[in-house]
Amino acid sequence: MCHERSGAYKKFPTDCGHPAYTEKNFGGKAFAPVDLNTVAKSVGKPELRNCGVCHFYGGGDDGVKHGDLDSTLLSADRELDIHMSKDGAGLDCASCHTTVNHEIAGRYYTEPAQMERCLALPKDYCNRMSCESCHGARPHVENAKLNDHTDKVSCQACHIPTFSRGGKSTLMWWDWSKAGNHADDGKMIVKKDPDGRPTYHTMKGEMRWEKDVTPVYAWYNGGMEYVTLNDTFSPDEPVRINRPEGGYEDASARIFPFKYFQGRQVYDAQANRLVVTKLFGPKGSGAYWSDYDWQKSVEVGMAGNGDFSGEIGFVDTAMYWPITHMVAPKEDSLQCAACHVRNGRLASLSGFYMPGRDRAGWLDMTGWSLVVLSILGVAAHGLGRVLFPFLRRKRDEE
Amino acid sequence: MKNKINMYTRFERLWHWLQAFLIISLAITGFELHGNYRVFGFEQAHILHIQAAWSLLILSAFAVFWHMTTGQWRQYIPTFKNFDKILYHYLVGIFFNEPHPYEKTPEAKLNPLQRLSYLALKVFILPLLILSGLAYFFYNQLPGLGISIGLRPLALVHTAGAFLMLLFLVVHVYMTTTGGTVWSYTWAMVTGWEEVEEKE
Ligand code: HEC
Ligand code: HEC
Ligand code: HEC
Ligand code: HEC
Ligand code: HEC
Repeated sequence: MCHERSGAYKKFPTDCGHPAYTEKNFGGKAFAPVDLNTVAKSVGKPELRNCGVCHFYGGGDDGVKHGDLDSTLLSADRELDIHMSKDGAGLDCASCHTTVNHEIAGRYYTEPAQMERCLALPKDYCNRMSCESCHGARPHVENAKLNDHTDKVSCQACHIPTFSRGGKSTLMWWDWSKAGNHADDGKMIVKKDPDGRPTYHTMKGEMRWEKDVTPVYAWYNGGMEYVTLNDTFSPDEPVRINRPEGGYEDASARIFPFKYFQGRQVYDAQANRLVVTKLFGPKGSGAYWSDYDWQKSVEVGMAGNGDFSGEIGFVDTAMYWPITHMVAPKEDSLQCAACHVRNGRLASLSGFYMPGRDRAGWLDMTGWSLVVLSILGVAAHGLGRVLFPFLRRKRDEE
Repeated sequence: MKNKINMYTRFERLWHWLQAFLIISLAITGFELHGNYRVFGFEQAHILHIQAAWSLLILSAFAVFWHMTTGQWRQYIPTFKNFDKILYHYLVGIFFNEPHPYEKTPEAKLNPLQRLSYLALKVFILPLLILSGLAYFFYNQLPGLGISIGLRPLALVHTAGAFLMLLFLVVHVYMTTTGGTVWSYTWAMVTGWEEVEEKE
């Protein structure tokens, strides 16, 4: 199942199946204009399942890819997803994913659509839904300071405290370099964790799965920068296959939550570039899943796909998956102190000041030194006021 | 001979203690927001800090009005007359139980040293804190007013102001113990009545 960003997946040797699908095929079906009111009233879970058939199973199984889209949404309670839960808003995928600007009418909407600020979305989504289209940019009444955040912090950052909350784990780490081990009898090795997720598979390598995952935060203006087959990188640090674009100075960027997926995969160790590997194929074709020889599968995979130095190695990689579903009820939103604290969730984002997280060392140092000195000063003065008369009395007595 | 004088009016006393309470609350919640310790939690500290700040602003508005209408602002006109004597008293004389060289009257309650330090408090430290605090609070509205300043410089000025206030507080509280007895000045600020040495 390849998403629109398959441009990157091509170079990222996951098992990217379903090659027949194109955006056009889906365009009409997935994004048909939907009248929200009718949908909300008449259609329930079947619609969720319709989309979920594909989208919950990206990567080959339930919840593998997106930590925020898995089958637990079908029977979500309010805690898991305030929108798609029957006890919540009872929305389905299409309520939000629609091509037309919504006529903001009906009982749910208190604010007009903020179409000039459809910023929670990737650039090309601008005619689709964002949180702000339904809620507006200033949805908070209890604590107005929260509204001052929406120009820099995405709604998702505060309202999705963790993902994969429904009980299904998501794939967080995938080490291809460990693949290829067979049991003594030549059979494939498959190890599973208590949830039945593979932690080792001869064909795929080592994997780690997590539930209730705390996102990683990054500035995001909807654009992604990809490492392509032509880009070189330094193998000393994890190669970011995709990297969200934006920064503090970028008015269209927000701090956004991501699933930070890490892995280890084969690369061109001399040219420091990503490579294409051949996975499927009959024995002797060089296909990895038949011959288990990385060198050969890369050679075959790279034939016709660009230069290959001939030397392979394994490099750490990382990918950012935007997290936008599994919005929690308001009680479960991030507390101020999750961010406004020295080593909080936003500790790694720099270039801007946040109360509670940042300080100027020299100012605090000077300030506290002066305060301590002044306390010592008045203490000494006070001591003098007691001691001097006392000593004088003593002297007079003698 | 000792004389009891009604030194502080009811408004002054009320103002003084409310202001003291608010400033100490602002310091406690402020340094928590700064990340120095955890008492109320960030959210609660933030709410309390804002509430105390608005209260202080309202109180200050009353105080300014009071000082202007009663002419009491004159108390703060700085003077260096006998400044050396006051300094000498606190640095030397006080250790020899010498009487305070300044004759305190309701019309001129503040000695030259007090005048200077309270003036600094009122025209420098407090305005610094209030202005930077307002800018901090309305940070998101500043660009709309055509003001462009980063959060960091604002926060640093506000923090520096808070340190100055803390310094003032330490010395001020200590100075209250330098009266006839340790509590006599404080008590005077509570009751309004102060015992003053009458000069012949
Ligand atoms: C038959 C499987 C299938 C079904 C059913 C399906 N989708 Fe998709 N969807 C895909 C694939 C595959 C893509 C990637 C399209 C591409 O890359 O061109 C995609 C893309 C998307 C995207 C864009 C993702 C991105 O990264 O930009 C959204 C949003 C989406 N689908 C929503 C829906 C919704 C809502 C429904 C239900 C009404 C739905 N889909 C039903 C397979 C499916
Ligand atoms: C409450 C509104 C809402 C509902 C309900 C909703 N989505 Fe989304 N979805 C969004 C928004 C907003 C984005 C864009 C997030 C971003 O900026 O990347 C998005 C993005 C996506 C994407 C692409 C982003 C990614 O994660 O890579 C897919 C795929 C998707 N949704 C599928 C679904 C499916 C399937 C359902 C139903 C099970 C669904 N959505 C229900 C609001 C919603
Ligand atoms: C299609 C319109 C729509 C979109 C888009 C939408 N919401 Fe909602 N949202 C609703 C409705 C309707 C409710 C009322 C649910 C309820 O309280 O039962 C709601 C409720 C909420 C609540 C309050 C939950 C509570 O505990 O009362 C939060 C928080 C929230 N949404 C956040 C978001 C975020 C974050 C996004 C973007 C990812 C988003 N919404 C996108 C329609 C929408
Ligand atoms: C800095 C964190 C933060 C950000 C950013 C944020 N929220 Fe919230 N939100 C909260 C918290 C905390 C609450 C619960 C307290 C409250 O209601 O004031 C809340 C409450 C809500 C509610 C319920 C309001 C009510 O009183 O019923 C809605 C709806 C909501 N948020 C939507 C959004 C949307 C939409 C965005 C993006 C435009 C957003 N939030 C951005 C933290 C945040
Ligand atoms: C998701 C992380 C996050 C959470 C949760 C969060 N903040 Fe913030 N906050 C930020 C960021 C990022 C900035 C810097 C914004 C800027 O520079 O414009 C900020 C800035 C501020 C500021 C200074 C700028 C201003 O607009 O006044 C205050 C005050 C503040 N936050 C208070 C709060 C309070 C109170 C809460 C809880 C009710 C809270 N924050 C929750 C991320 C967060």
